Amino acid sequence: MRNVQLSDRKLIIGGFFCLIALIYIIRLFYIQVIDDQYKLAADNNAIRRMTEYPVRGYIFDRKGKLLVQNEPSYDLMIVPKETKGCDTISLCEVLQINKTEYLRRFKKACQAPNSPRKESIFEKQMSAPTYAALQEKLYRFKGFFVQKRTVRKYPRPIAAHLLGYVGEVTKEKAEKDFYYREGDYIGVSGIEKSYEEVLRGKKGVQKAITDVHNKIIGRYMNGKDDTLAVPGKPLYCSIDMTLQEYGELLMKGKKGAVVAIEPSTGEILALISAPSYDPNLLVGGKERSRNFTKLYYDSLNLPLFNRALTAMYPPGSIFKLIDALIAQNDGLINRSTVFPCAMGYPPMGGKPKCHAHGGGKNLPGSISVSCNSYYSYVFREIVDQKKYPNFIDGYNHWRETVKTFGPGTHLETDLPYDKPGNVPSVEYYNKVFGKNGWRSNTIVSLGIGQAELLLVPLQMANVVAAIANRGFYYTPHCIQGVGNEKFLDKRFKQKHYVGVQKQEAYQNVIDGMQGAMEPGGTAYANRLKDIIVCGKTGTAQNPHGQSHAVFLAFAPRDNPKIAIACIVENAGFGGVWSAPVVTLMMEKYLKGKTDRPEVEKRVMAADLINGKNLLSTGFH
Amino acid sequence: MRNNQTNIFAGADRLTILTYILLVILGWLNIYAAVYNEEHQNIFDTTQKYGKQLIWIGGAAIIAISILLIDANFYTAFAYGFYGFLLAANILVLFLGREIKGSKSWFRFGDIGIQPAEFMKFAANLALAKFLSNSTIIVNQQFRLRLRDLIKNYRNTFYALVIIIIPLIVIKFLQDETGLAIVFIAYVIVLYREGLSVNFLIFGLLAAILFVVALVVSQITSLIIALAVISAASFLFIPRNRKSLISVVLVFVCASGVVLATNYVYNHLEPHQKVRIDVLLGRGTVDLKKEGYNVNQAKIAIGSGGFIGKGYLQGTQTKYDFVPEQDTDFIFCTVGEEWGFLGSTGVIFLELFLILRVIFLAERQRSGFSRIYGYGVSAILFFHLAVNIGMTIGLMPVIGIPLPFFSYGGSSLWAFTILLFIFIKLDANRLLILR
Repeated sequence: MRNVQLSDRKLIIGGFFCLIALIYIIRLFYIQVIDDQYKLAADNNAIRRMTEYPVRGYIFDRKGKLLVQNEPSYDLMIVPKETKGCDTISLCEVLQINKTEYLRRFKKACQAPNSPRKESIFEKQMSAPTYAALQEKLYRFKGFFVQKRTVRKYPRPIAAHLLGYVGEVTKEKAEKDFYYREGDYIGVSGIEKSYEEVLRGKKGVQKAITDVHNKIIGRYMNGKDDTLAVPGKPLYCSIDMTLQEYGELLMKGKKGAVVAIEPSTGEILALISAPSYDPNLLVGGKERSRNFTKLYYDSLNLPLFNRALTAMYPPGSIFKLIDALIAQNDGLINRSTVFPCAMGYPPMGGKPKCHAHGGGKNLPGSISVSCNSYYSYVFREIVDQKKYPNFIDGYNHWRETVKTFGPGTHLETDLPYDKPGNVPSVEYYNKVFGKNGWRSNTIVSLGIGQAELLLVPLQMANVVAAIANRGFYYTPHCIQGVGNEKFLDKRFKQKHYVGVQKQEAYQNVIDGMQGAMEPGGTAYANRLKDIIVCGKTGTAQNPHGQSHAVFLAFAPRDNPKIAIACIVENAGFGGVWSAPVVTLMMEKYLKGKTDRPEVEKRVMAADLINGKNLLSTGFH
Repeated sequence: MRNNQTNIFAGADRLTILTYILLVILGWLNIYAAVYNEEHQNIFDTTQKYGKQLIWIGGAAIIAISILLIDANFYTAFAYGFYGFLLAANILVLFLGREIKGSKSWFRFGDIGIQPAEFMKFAANLALAKFLSNSTIIVNQQFRLRLRDLIKNYRNTFYALVIIIIPLIVIKFLQDETGLAIVFIAYVIVLYREGLSVNFLIFGLLAAILFVVALVVSQITSLIIALAVISAASFLFIPRNRKSLISVVLVFVCASGVVLATNYVYNHLEPHQKVRIDVLLGRGTVDLKKEGYNVNQAKIAIGSGGFIGKGYLQGTQTKYDFVPEQDTDFIFCTVGEEWGFLGSTGVIFLELFLILRVIFLAERQRSGFSRIYGYGVSAILFFHLAVNIGMTIGLMPVIGIPLPFFSYGGSSLWAFTILLFIFIKLDANRLLILR
């Protein structure tokens, strides 16, 4: 038998005890000092964040009139675990729902992502009478409380496309942007979207300590961490409400768009897309989604489609202005240049066709009467000019100069989603006709604003603004400033010079535009007595039926105050429908009222969509 | 002997008593914090648990003094008597006791409940000490593998194990108090100190490891691992002869038995016990809102305490009832949250100090009885400490046993007090008699 020193085992036993204690201490050090997850979890356990929603910023028009305001809205919130003893029957009565619906919503509030212990929305944006009835009895509805928010309200039902609308944030956005939580509102389109960060303000958070049953025990850190909601900043819109509303009235019953710009600043005075809708339709809870669906599926009128920014139209004859400017700038033509016209462009066998305007005209005359033949020649002069041995270079020169006016580019306005339009590239034509398979005459209809050329109405307005300014434009924008200090991004204060700077060229073109409003001109019928308007008609042929009526103009001739482009879809000759709309709006803006009530009446009454009044023209 | 009774603390180890008092005070402070709310602030409010605990503490003081007053010979003489009496009480409670939380292990005297299983610990300790002080379990290393020799060598070990296992069986299978029963395993430490071959402990430890491995990975994998480890170990350490080969094969057969029994044992556990093992080992998906709730909330409470803690009465997790059983089995969460890493380490050190102090005192005894009893005390305290704190920090499965001197509860406080103070009394008398 070996002599075992059993008392040595005390060391082993003691050592074992110490070892276990050491392991525990290391473990404690890890979870208490190193790992932060438990501290966060503890906060989540015990701290409930209560959100105070800020008031969304108001939007004023350029004269300080309220364009968009807010009204309080009340969401009924539920904490399912606390509803024991709730007077369910009278709650159902107040909300006008039945028991099945109540149980369905209750179940939804209990399931992920909601939780029976946390609040979720039970009834969204209650109507004022419902809220009033509910508030009286709220003490009987255990586990329910009312969360106050605000929703948009529009004093006048106008400018829907420009203002855009506010809707619930998408799940993806809420996951990406930490500011938003599901159920929050966010600007979805228009100004509401582009100025979301200014308008939304800042949510306030109040932290409360809760127990395991999510019952509030008190304020966290005595409210030291709490923040108040910061209201959104007001936005001063450059829109003239009166002009906008008047324009919308004139465009009623028509499809198309009107964009009015103040040339000296680039501020958008009116932006109309017709048919439009009442922006008040897209606020509110249940109604909102119903109305949205209705508008969304109106495939005949596409009321949600913002034609002013995203509908690309062939510009038609208004494009001749740019050709005339480029050709003069390149020294190819001057005021007295005359090209023949034989009811069409002679070199191509009378195509493009022209109308009877009494023989060859000089430059201003060609604009006033809108001679197609003249501008087919002008286009060829530019593309085939001697400076460029290869006509491809000539074409690219034309294309690049055109683009300096805006067509074919994003204008980078402060409105979301504008389309660039289209000024076809050399590569495109190489593909269509094959390399060396085309020349200037092949694409000569570009010169009169047809073929593949496409512009959005905003670009048309920008072109006329640039002409009104005699060579430059400001990026069109729809606000005057943000907040009470009226802060405006400096990119909107920067002049963009176009590719034509020869002042004489502008003189001649503007003379022609003025001539269009005089006897023999294409828009003579729309002359104004005491304002010198410079305009240009366009009749854009298109594959969708009758030509689109286009008209653009600025006024007065000196120190122009307003530049407008208007397009009315499938309305025929530009002088018939678009010119009255534009000139009436000019009168409204410059004088406050029209001297031609009969024209106003005729335009407002016209319902082109349903085909009435289409033939009762008599103007040409 | 008589001259000793002029001062009951004469010879009693002051350090042990001071540590005990400190732990009881800290325990009470934490019970107060765990139960604390603004409405009831009177510490003597007996409708609140801290008020009741004060009464229990008062009772414990009387018990402690009484133990010191009684002649030490009383405990040695009636060691088996205590054992038999408490065993009877633990069986009687099945018929006379009232059911609380699904288990019939409580005697009720009006408002007061007594759990006899708690007191079984010191009785078993006395009986074990009595038995081992009169018989040896040291094994003759030279014996031959014959049945007669085996019986001769292991008879006493067997009897000692019987003393431990009878109360374990009564409490586990009749009273269904797994936590209180499992504590008796701690006496293996005493047996080890008194000469039990270390091979048993190693073998038991390996079996436990194998059991866990088999649960975490698959049975087949763990069998392969066991085979590989055993082969490697025998190749390296064991001389190559026929006898060794038989032992190696035997060891492997035993290991296979453990592995194959794993599923059987696991499947015959109570559902909540399965879940607790799953939670500990991270088996399957643990729903933190259901089965994983306790441990997760306990870890959150302790983890959120940080280095220095949130301050006394400032804990949000324990105060607002996020942690279940926070005044009894999960009292350590309050310590962790409000006193932080410093406080929790302090409590562990204090408990460990007491345990090591008892070992130190045990080793200086002249009598075998006192030494063995002392080791029993430290083993029981350590087992409680390790399991209780281990479960709150996710290193042990959730087993409902109290933290000595800390957790709320009269029975456990009184039982630990009796356990400890009998030893203090024995130690005080160590110079007077050789038992």
